[in-house]
Amino acid sequence: MIGYLVRRVIQAIVVVIGVTIIAFVLQSLVATGPGLAHAIIGPRATPAQIKTFVGEYGLSQPLPVQYAHFLWQLLHGNLGYSYKENQTVDAIIAHALPKDVVLVGTALVLSILIAVPVGLLQAVRRNRATDYVATGISFLLYSMPSYWLGILLIAVFAVGAHVLPAEAPQGATITQILADPAGLVLPILSLTLVNLALFSRYMRSAAIETLVQDCIRTAAAKGVPRRRVLTRHLLRNSLIPVTTMVGLSVPGIITAGLVIENVFNFPGLGLTFFNAAVTFDYPVELGITVLVGMATVIGNLLADVGYALLDPRVRYD
Amino acid sequence: MTEAPTTALEPSELSGPPGGSRSPEEEAQEAAGRSGGVWRLVGRAFIENKMALVGVGLVVLITLFCFVGPLIYHTDQAHSSLNTNQPPGGSHPLGTDYLGFDVLGRLMAGGQSSIEIGLAVALAATTFGVIWGAISGFFGGVVDAVMMRVVDIVLAIPAIFLFIFLASVFQPTLLMLIIVISSLSWLGPARLVRGETLSLRTREYVQAVRVMGGKSRRVVLRHIIPNAVGTIVVNATFQIADAILLLATLSFLGFGLPPPAPTWGGMLSNGTNYLFDGYWWQVYPAGIMIVLTVVAFNFIGDSLRDSLEVRLQKR
Repeated sequence: MIGYLVRRVIQAIVVVIGVTIIAFVLQSLVATGPGLAHAIIGPRATPAQIKTFVGEYGLSQPLPVQYAHFLWQLLHGNLGYSYKENQTVDAIIAHALPKDVVLVGTALVLSILIAVPVGLLQAVRRNRATDYVATGISFLLYSMPSYWLGILLIAVFAVGAHVLPAEAPQGATITQILADPAGLVLPILSLTLVNLALFSRYMRSAAIETLVQDCIRTAAAKGVPRRRVLTRHLLRNSLIPVTTMVGLSVPGIITAGLVIENVFNFPGLGLTFFNAAVTFDYPVELGITVLVGMATVIGNLLADVGYALLDPRVRYD
Repeated sequence: MTEAPTTALEPSELSGPPGGSRSPEEEAQEAAGRSGGVWRLVGRAFIENKMALVGVGLVVLITLFCFVGPLIYHTDQAHSSLNTNQPPGGSHPLGTDYLGFDVLGRLMAGGQSSIEIGLAVALAATTFGVIWGAISGFFGGVVDAVMMRVVDIVLAIPAIFLFIFLASVFQPTLLMLIIVISSLSWLGPARLVRGETLSLRTREYVQAVRVMGGKSRRVVLRHIIPNAVGTIVVNATFQIADAILLLATLSFLGFGLPPPAPTWGGMLSNGTNYLFDGYWWQVYPAGIMIVLTVVAFNFIGDSLRDSLEVRLQKR
């Protein structure tokens, strides 16, 4: 087990380094030359100004030197300095991240809380009306572009019924965001539905696989009440794959978050990334990409380790 | 009962002349239990599956609509007109959009690029991913470790981030979209096929081929990949659906094919600008087409997987 853990952590570190290389090389491929300087400091920048800009950001150094510098700074928790905002990338991320904890975190918790019982119910009532209806809904949600789902909700609740605002709260700080809970309803609802489509299908098949396992049959055979079989045996055993599922769907959740933030103009990390991309603010783009890559790797790692810890049948040599 | 020519479960090289000592019943049973008989079972399970029929039917209808429709219903999708935002009726059954294009005709033209990109991505990504995964799983050891870390690295960065990165610099074209979406979509099939290969390479018939001097290339191409074909086809079907969805999302974010090229995603995201004006015909038709197409391919993939489970149970 210890050996397995050590191996997995080393793998994760290798992957994170790989992510920084890919993101850095991609950025450097696109962000070079006087074209970049013109895009950032204006089309009428003088050669002296361009020279200052290139010098300040160390863009004239060879690529490996730039990368080594970036990695060294990253090890110190420093992601660089924005081209546009006169702020460190760290500050920009620290500003946006708590808002994402509210939006993405709430949606994640809600979707798990709904998906687990729904998936269990579907498995128990497999191939009956309840199952078909739930499967149909999750299929439809799954096949819908997530932004269109958001727009449909706006069409129904904001344009049609006038009960909820179409835009997310626009405050600069987290307290200002939380001060307008009505504006949070639609973004959180959209994101919950997107995640729900993913999770309930997964939960259903996990529960179906658990249902045919010997422990369930034994419990039923020795006369354990049905309710207890469902909660103690089925639920617990089905939750094991769910931990994996949540860990592995980190990139999916972040992507959905980016799209939904765009639809509702929610000032989170996804929208920050998008705006940075549109305005050629490469340090911000790079910083967020590396951060998201790390989150994904950590998610995968926790999923694997969690699986090994929760399931005593899994043994690693 | 005749054996079908394609034997996926047992390599024909190994099946040798039938032993004379076996009874005819035994042979018939064996023939039905593997190769042709099993694939026929898979085929039957697929046809009997209502979801599969609905999926295939929808795909046929949508393809006819997009590729044959424009031959019957002629519209100009290259030149905008002043006849903008007309509600449905008269010469425009689904109205016109903000540039005066006929919405029905644009749905047909837009579907073409969606379907073309979806199919091309599924083909390219699956081919590359299958080869990558099979090589990685077959050779194992250091090769496997390196190849799978590459997959992990690309997988760790959500596709949409990489795409926005690239698209903020390159002007999207049909070919570029296909290449970029494929280069981010081969990871799934690579992982799946690696997993299958790991279990397949320990099978007796694969070891037999190697003992008889079969080269790695032959083992991978003739034995491992054909045996993983079920998994591969199911995954390829989902790839089409995912590519169409990703394409629509990219259009919404402004990184789709540039105007005036018609795409469903582009129509949808332009239409949403007029949501508050009540121009429903610019929002719903394109959205419904995307959902229908994606549902259709997902139906096919799901039922294919179910029918292949029939094969697995029989094995």
